[in-house]
Amino acid sequence: MEFDLSETQQLFKRSARELFSQECPPNLVREMIEGGQPYSEKLWNKLAEQGWTGLIFSEEDGGQGLGMVEMAVAFEEMGYSLVPGAFLWTVTVAGSLIARTGNADQRKKYLHAIIEGRAKAAVAVLEESGDWSPDSISLSAAESGEGLKLQGRKLFVNDAGIADFIIVSAITGNGPIIAVVERNAPGLNIRPMPSLDGTRGLFEVTFEDTVVPAGNILARGREARQALEHALDVGTLALCAEMVGGMQWIMDASVEYAKTRKQFGKPIGQFQAVQHHCADMLLQTESTRSAVYYAAWVMESEPGQAPLAVSIAKAYASDSFRDVGNRGIQVHGGLGFTWDENVHFYYKRAKAAELMFGDAAFHRERIASLLID
Amino acid sequence: MDLNPTPSEKRFREELREWMQANIPDEWRGAEADGFESSQERFEFLRAWQKKMYEAGWVGIHWPKEYGGRGATLFEQTIFIEEMARARAPQLLNVLGLSLLGPTLIEFGTEFQKKRFLQKILSADEIWCQGYSEPNAGSDLASLRTEAVLDGDHFVVNGQKTWTSYGHHADWCFGVVRTDPDAAKHKGLTYMLIDMRSPGVSVRPLKQMTGDSEFNEVFFQNVNVPVEHVVGKVNGGWQMAIATLMFERGTLGASLQIAFRRQIERLIEISKTTKRNGKLASDDPIIRQKLAQMYAEIEIFRLNQMRTVTRMAKTGVPGAEGSIQKIFWSEMNQRMQQIAMELLGPYGQLTRECEYSVDHGQWAHGYLRSRGNTIEAGTSEIQRNIIGHFVLGLPKSY
Ligand SMILES: Cc1cc2nc3c(=O)[nH]c(=O)nc-3n(C[C@H](O)[C@H](O)[C@H](O)COP(=O)(O)OP(=O)(O)OC[C@H]3O[C@@H](n4cnc5c(N)ncnc54)[C@H](O)[C@@H]3O)c2cc1C
Repeated sequence: MEFDLSETQQLFKRSARELFSQECPPNLVREMIEGGQPYSEKLWNKLAEQGWTGLIFSEEDGGQGLGMVEMAVAFEEMGYSLVPGAFLWTVTVAGSLIARTGNADQRKKYLHAIIEGRAKAAVAVLEESGDWSPDSISLSAAESGEGLKLQGRKLFVNDAGIADFIIVSAITGNGPIIAVVERNAPGLNIRPMPSLDGTRGLFEVTFEDTVVPAGNILARGREARQALEHALDVGTLALCAEMVGGMQWIMDASVEYAKTRKQFGKPIGQFQAVQHHCADMLLQTESTRSAVYYAAWVMESEPGQAPLAVSIAKAYASDSFRDVGNRGIQVHGGLGFTWDENVHFYYKRAKAAELMFGDAAFHRERIASLLID
Repeated sequence: MDLNPTPSEKRFREELREWMQANIPDEWRGAEADGFESSQERFEFLRAWQKKMYEAGWVGIHWPKEYGGRGATLFEQTIFIEEMARARAPQLLNVLGLSLLGPTLIEFGTEFQKKRFLQKILSADEIWCQGYSEPNAGSDLASLRTEAVLDGDHFVVNGQKTWTSYGHHADWCFGVVRTDPDAAKHKGLTYMLIDMRSPGVSVRPLKQMTGDSEFNEVFFQNVNVPVEHVVGKVNGGWQMAIATLMFERGTLGASLQIAFRRQIERLIEISKTTKRNGKLASDDPIIRQKLAQMYAEIEIFRLNQMRTVTRMAKTGVPGAEGSIQKIFWSEMNQRMQQIAMELLGPYGQLTRECEYSVDHGQWAHGYLRSRGNTIEAGTSEIQRNIIGHFVLGLPKSY
C-alpha cells in the first residue's frame, strides 16, 4: 500500500507544470479573459499535438490510455495555471460518454475527432431547475423514423458556443436518451450566458424541432442514465483536481506575498492573524488533495465506490476552494481586490467550480442518500 | 500510487480480524465505552485487555521484533487501526507509552533503557504519563521550571507538573526538567524517566469540566532519578521533547479514527429512530447535510493519515505536517459532538446517571470532552504557528 504519487506520476506532474507555465502563462490567461475569449486555437492545438486530448482514452481509440490518477494530476496542473477553455468538458465528460456508449461509427466520427484534436464538444445537462441530478432532466425528445426530434431548452452549457457538437440529454416516452447534435443542426440556437468566471463560457442552447439522425443516438434508458452519471463523475473528479491546483496557486501566491509585504516594519506573515490564514489554506489544500487522489484511485480500482468518493471530494473541494480564495484575497489586502492582481481570477474560478456538477450541498445529499437510505 | 494491500498485508488483516472476533470480551460488547461503574474499573478492564492483546502479539506491532514488536510496516499499523475500529475493539490503554515514549526510546534510548522499559510498555505492566506542562509553562514549554540537580549518580528533582493525564494511574513519567538554569531556555533542559513510586512524588487529581479526573497535578520533592534514566544528553532535552511531540501529532491521531468512525455510524443509526419535527431525523435535510459533512471529514481525516503514513514510511520520521492532522481532528470532533447534540435534542444533555440518557450519556460526556481537544497536545493556535513557520517558512511570530 502506498498513498503517494509514484515516481512516474511525479515526473508527469512536473512536466505538466512546465508545459502550462510555458504554453499558458498568466499574461495569456489575462489576455483571454480580458478579450472575452477563453478559447485559444493555438493552445488547443498544442495540447492535441502532445496527446493531451487523448489522455484517458484507450489506445485502440488512439488515446494514451492513462488512468484516473494521471488524469487528476493533469487537471491539477491545469488548475494551477488556470488554463481556460473547453478541455474539461470535451475530454472528461463528452469523451467519457462516447467512449462508454458509442458504436464503431460514432467513435470514429466523434471520439476520434476529440482525441485527434479536431473537435471540441459540449454536453448539455442542466435545465431551468439548475439541478445536476440526471433524474431531473426534462427536455423532451421523440423518436421516429426520421430520427430524434428535440424540443426545449438547456442552460449553463459549458463551451456550447464554440463546440463542434453537443451531446444532449433528453427524455422520451421510454425514458432518458443521449444523442449527438452537430453544430449545424436545424433549429439549434446558442446564446451566451455571461457569468463571472472568464476562463470558461456558459451558454443557453435551444432546440426548436431539431432533428438529429438516428445514427447519432448514443444510448437510451438505463444505459443512458448510467453513462451520464459516470461521465459526470469523471468530469467532477477532473474538476476537483483542477480545484486543488487552483488552491495550491492561491496558497503559494499568498505565502509568497506574506513573506515580502511589510507593515509595521515586519513581513505581514509574521502576524499570526495572517499566518493562521496561511496555515488553514495548507490544511484545506492538502485535505482536498487527499480526497481527490483517493477518488481517482477508487474510480479506477473500485468503481462501485466511486460515487461516494467523488461526492466526498466535491463536497469538500467546493467549500474549501472558496474559503482558500477568501483567505488569499484577505492576505493580499487592497491589492487582492484589484483587477491587476491575478488572485481574483482564481476566486471567480472557485465560485464557478463550486457550482459546476453540483455544489457542496448537492453532493452532501448524495453522500447521505448513499449512507443513510 | 497503489492503495491495494499486498498479499502479506491481506493475510495480516485476516489474521487480526479472526483474533478480534474471538477475543473481544463480552462485557465490552454490552458496556461499550462508558458503561463502567468507576474509572478505576474501566482502567483495570483496559489494562487486562491490553495485556491479552500483548500476549497474542498485537501490541506495538510496528516496533522492531527485538523490542517485542512484530516489525510490522506502518501500513500494517494502519490496517491494525482500521480493524480495531471495525471490530469496535476497546482502545489500548497505555497510549502515551505506546505512541510517544516507545518510538522516542527506540530512536534515541540507550540499550539499557530499551531493555528495561519497552516490553513493559507493551504489556501494560507499566503505565506511563507525560510530564511536560507546568503551571507557568504550557504553550511556552521551554520556560518550564521543575529543576533537577546532579548529585553523584543521580539527579534530585524538585518542582511541579500539571495537566498530567494518567498521572494517578501511572507507574512512570517521561518528563522534561531544567538542569542548567543559566543556559538559554531551550538549552538547559533534560528529558528523563521518573519512577512515580519514588519517595517524594505526590499526585493530586484535578477535576475536569467533564467531572472526570483524567489529569493531575504531580509534585516532585527531592525525588531521586538515576543518571541512566536520562534520554539523550543532559541539557539536550529539548530535541527529545520535540521528537516526542512529533510522534504525538503524527500517530496519536491515527488511533482516534476508531472512535470517530464508530461515532458517525452510531449517529446515522440514531437518526433513523429519532423524530424531528414530526418525521425521522434521517429524512430531515439539514441533519442529512450535517451527517454527510461529518462522514466526509472523517473519511478525509483517514486519507490524510494514509498520506502521512506513506511519508513517514519513506522518511522515517513524522513531519511537521502532523500539525495539520492535529488541527483537523480536534476541530472536526468538536463539530461532530455538536451535531450529535443537535440530533439528540433535549436527550443530548442527559448524563449517564439518567435512565433516559442515550448510550450511557456518552454524547453529553463527549460534547464536553471534545472541548479539550483543541488545547491538549498543543493548542490549535500553536499548531497553526508551527505550520506557518516550519512548513510554510513564514517568519516566527514570537
Ligand atoms: C485534556 C488535557 C490533557 C492534557 N494532558 C497533558 C499531559 O498528559 N501532559 C502534559 O504535559 N500536558 C498535558 N496537557 C496540557 C496541554 O499540553 C496544555 O494545556 C497546552 O499545551 C496549553 O498550555 P496552557 O494550558 O498553559 O495554555 P497557555 O499556553 O497559557 O495558552 C492559553 C491560550 O493562549 C494561546 N497562546 C499561547 N501562546 C501562544 C502563541 N505563541 N501564539 C498564539 N497563541 C498562543 C493558546 O493557544 C491558548 O489559547 C493536557 C491538557 C488537556 C486539556
